[in-house]
Amino acid sequence: MTTPEKGQLVTANRLRDGIAVFLTRGGAWSETIDEAVLAQEPQAAAALEARAREDERKTIVTGSYLVEAERLDGRVRAAHIRERMRALGPTVRLDLGKQAEGKGAGFAASEGE
Amino acid sequence: MYRYDEFDHQFVRERTNQFRDQTERRLSGALTEDEFRPLRLMNGLYLQLHAYMLRVAIPYGTLSGRQMRQLAWIAGKWDKGYGHFTTRQNIQYNWIKLEDAPDILDALADVEMHAIQTSGNCIRNVTTDHWAGAAADEIADPRPVGELLRQWSSLHPEFSFLPRKFKIAVTGAPHDRAAVKVHDIGLRLHKNEAGAAGWEVIVGGGLGRTPMVGVTVRDFLPQHELIGYLEAIMRVYNLHGRRDNKYKARIKILVHEIGAERFKAEVEAEYARRPHPATDVEERELARIAAYFAPPAFEKLPRWSASFEEAKLHSPDFARWAKNNLGPHRVDGYAIVNISLKPEGGIPGDATAGQMRVMADLAERHGNDELRVSHAQNIVLPHVRKDDLFTVWQALAEAGLAAANHGLAGDIIACPGLDYCALATARSIPVAQSISRKFADSKKQDEIGKLKINISGCINACGHHHVGHIGILGLDKKGEEFYQITLGGSSAENASIGTILGPGFAGHEVADAIETILDTYLKHREAGEEFLATYRRLGPRPFKEALYATA
Repeated sequence: MTTPEKGQLVTANRLRDGIAVFLTRGGAWSETIDEAVLAQEPQAAAALEARAREDERKTIVTGSYLVEAERLDGRVRAAHIRERMRALGPTVRLDLGKQAEGKGAGFAASEGE
Repeated sequence: MYRYDEFDHQFVRERTNQFRDQTERRLSGALTEDEFRPLRLMNGLYLQLHAYMLRVAIPYGTLSGRQMRQLAWIAGKWDKGYGHFTTRQNIQYNWIKLEDAPDILDALADVEMHAIQTSGNCIRNVTTDHWAGAAADEIADPRPVGELLRQWSSLHPEFSFLPRKFKIAVTGAPHDRAAVKVHDIGLRLHKNEAGAAGWEVIVGGGLGRTPMVGVTVRDFLPQHELIGYLEAIMRVYNLHGRRDNKYKARIKILVHEIGAERFKAEVEAEYARRPHPATDVEERELARIAAYFAPPAFEKLPRWSASFEEAKLHSPDFARWAKNNLGPHRVDGYAIVNISLKPEGGIPGDATAGQMRVMADLAERHGNDELRVSHAQNIVLPHVRKDDLFTVWQALAEAGLAAANHGLAGDIIACPGLDYCALATARSIPVAQSISRKFADSKKQDEIGKLKINISGCINACGHHHVGHIGILGLDKKGEEFYQITLGGSSAENASIGTILGPGFAGHEVADAIETILDTYLKHREAGEEFLATYRRLGPRPFKEALYATA
């Protein structure tokens, strides 16, 4: 079994439509959490945060923050249910949100209970 | 029928234009998020988990068919085909784009609607009895006074930066369907022996993290003194209310900290200082406002409708719906129709655009063009002829709107919870769904009788869990959801705050726990005794024993 890669990713809401987005290695914002870059060192996390703040200034995103997560077999799972929810859409409307648009996370929101 | 006046038209258009400009400046970077946030909140626009959320004000929950149809159109054009009716008699859209928000506000203004004062530390839109103007037990329609307060409080410069948000509810009936005792200010109409009407003024009620039942500061305030007296209350609050701590800033904390007597004395002293003639409500003005709420031209009908009685005999499903979902109307031959937005396993308060159109059509065809949103997240057609009820029911059934559970176990109040809300600590809707499925058997629901189950997904209590006969509060315990159960709450005239029964439950355990509580009630109740009465007679002990005995 592979060991999960643990770390922190940066998430925010896209300014113009409010959609939850995740900062990628290339510095772009993806709607898919699997494409997020995970920072394993505090300095790397700080660098991601700084990049996110720059994009807030450029009015690309708003309200960025760090989130604990892990990557396993290419799928990223946020530690907290709130963040898993943001990466999927409402659990009561599986026909809506990222999960319905092929942009959902690879883990159920309520997993880990 | 309620309508705007000419001032509203102008100022809503001005506000919409201002917001269009503010949004453009935000998108261009001229405004920072810190600068923009209070501006968008003043227009009902929140940023939630998946997108922006727009909360639209529906004063007194009163809508025309045209307005409901516009809400449906907005849901289809700018959202994902549905909306969520809230415990503040409003509607929320969950998937709004910031760049679309000004167009949506314009579309709302086209039908005399807006999103002003649905957020922020101001006097929020006033709520009332959803049966106002129709209820058989009503002394007078409370909406003209609600409207008077709205006109007084809208953009009032002195009350636009209060220590915290401020909610006013008004009821004109002795049976309180507007939860006036758990609002910052609650107004309840009374009639004295001489037949004159006056307002009981209740202050300092509220839910949230510090739930409290309000205290009565005046038993019988003459109507023309309302504005002056409420201004005195607001001034005392504005001056003494705490601004250092958000969680202690509501007026209930002030009333509690200095005590009801001292608070009352402060208000009376302030009121005595007021130049009364300047704030007295003129009869002429009240009459002008009251005309907006003129009752429809009711037909003279017999109390008994042969076609209604016959339809009940032929259709048991209709008979059951009629028994549970109709309210007594003050005019013979009419009934109040309560449309439950709580189908089995559904999302409380959600309605699709198609369903909104069906309700709009029914209101226009059979309901004197009036709809109401209730704080229990249902829709009301307040004036329907008994002769038309079967036709209305058939149309509702076709649209999936005929759940016959009004006021029963399936009629659950639930906030959006963690499925949508950025403040939530746990999900509410799945818990409501599991309880709804558990009591899907209509016979069981009928046997249990009148019951209010209220669910909130965080301590802010949008789901009114403190005043549910059974309340459920979702919390976060080390990253996992768990749920506390309270019993014995009520938002009616006998208001009380529920008490926590014991240790909490995991989400999948809640429905079973509710079943155990209700089985215990059925075992102990006396003939004709409702759940709340049994609980008040016995206290928590038998429920505790049943629930935690095996643990």
